[in-house]
Amino acid sequence: MQQDKSLLYEFKKGLWQDIPPFRLLLGLCPALAVSNSAINGLSMGLATLFVLFTSNIVVSLIRRTISAKVRIPAYVVVIATLVTVTDIFLAAVFPAISKALGPYIPLIVANCIILGRAEAFAQKNALLPTAMDTLGIGIGFTMSLTLMGTIREVLGFGSVFGMQLLGSWFEPWIVMILPAGAFLVLGGLVALVSWISSRKAARARAAETAAS
Amino acid sequence: MELILIFISASIVNNFVLAYFLGICPFIGVSNKTENAVNMGLATTFVMTLTAAATWPIYHHVLVRFNVPFLQYVTFIIIIASLVQLVEMYVRKASPALYRALGIFLPLITTNCAILGLALFMVLRDYNYLESIVFGFATGIGFTLAIVMMSGIREELEFADVPEHFRGAPITFIVAGMLALAFMGFAGLIRG
Repeated sequence: MQQDKSLLYEFKKGLWQDIPPFRLLLGLCPALAVSNSAINGLSMGLATLFVLFTSNIVVSLIRRTISAKVRIPAYVVVIATLVTVTDIFLAAVFPAISKALGPYIPLIVANCIILGRAEAFAQKNALLPTAMDTLGIGIGFTMSLTLMGTIREVLGFGSVFGMQLLGSWFEPWIVMILPAGAFLVLGGLVALVSWISSRKAARARAAETAAS
Repeated sequence: MELILIFISASIVNNFVLAYFLGICPFIGVSNKTENAVNMGLATTFVMTLTAAATWPIYHHVLVRFNVPFLQYVTFIIIIASLVQLVEMYVRKASPALYRALGIFLPLITTNCAILGLALFMVLRDYNYLESIVFGFATGIGFTLAIVMMSGIREELEFADVPEHFRGAPITFIVAGMLALAFMGFAGLIRG
């Protein structure tokens, strides 16, 4: 029973408490670079989720055989191999997405979320908790990227997932699809998440004092 | 002339940090003090130039010749990691003073996606050897420029009255956005 509970916790913490990149300030490069439309954000999120999940499972399985001194290069090679697989798969099955994301797919190799999770979690934990942890983090990351992509697409093009949402009266904010817009949206969202969680904490404290 | 164009393009117009979002982690993480930012920028420039010089021959003379360019990601990341290690060992032995200044920043560079991005863009754009080295150096200069400017702004920002939830990371992103907007002003300078 205890085991089930902690597995659920490992999964859930990636969805809000440690949600990247808003709470865990990692993986910022892809979050900023490919969030110019909802579909790009979603596909980048899913590609990262796949690499994160599979590579951390491998890391968790080999954690006893790899000596501590060479662990970082070993992890990097595992990650780079899986990224190559993802890249070739995307190019073969979804050429349009592969083209839109361009060099940012290979750059998943240098995404610090993946190495960060391997270092902080997978190398110390068994297969099942690792799977739950990376699924949570990966889904959280996918949600964040899709959210950023949606905001930027609505304001920058007036559409969502390529469908026109706002009428012709809407003057698109060009800045939102430019690099500057990415920074502004990310800054706003990080502040928003921090505001929501501080309000939650304040409410919990108020409830506690009322109860006592 | 071509080389000057590449230099200006990579360092200012298509600045890696502000236009391609590469190297954001150190850009946010190490930009709180100008002194650290300068050292980080110089260390990165150094490694970038070396990376360009080392990956180009390996890609063109080994991977392409043996028809295995799909191994490029694995190869590049290994080259970068070992290069950083070598540089660290050499600097520690040759110049302890420089090592103290750069020391903690060197390992961080391995996970700087700007370096891997540099190697990938170099292949993607089909630069020749000399162009690649200039490109690597210019990208490093561009990174240094961005991180030093950012640290200057952030030092001033400490005295500013920032709304509570915007303190720390959020305001840094907003400022970076404004810096990116300012850099867009250079866009007409060059095409591509």
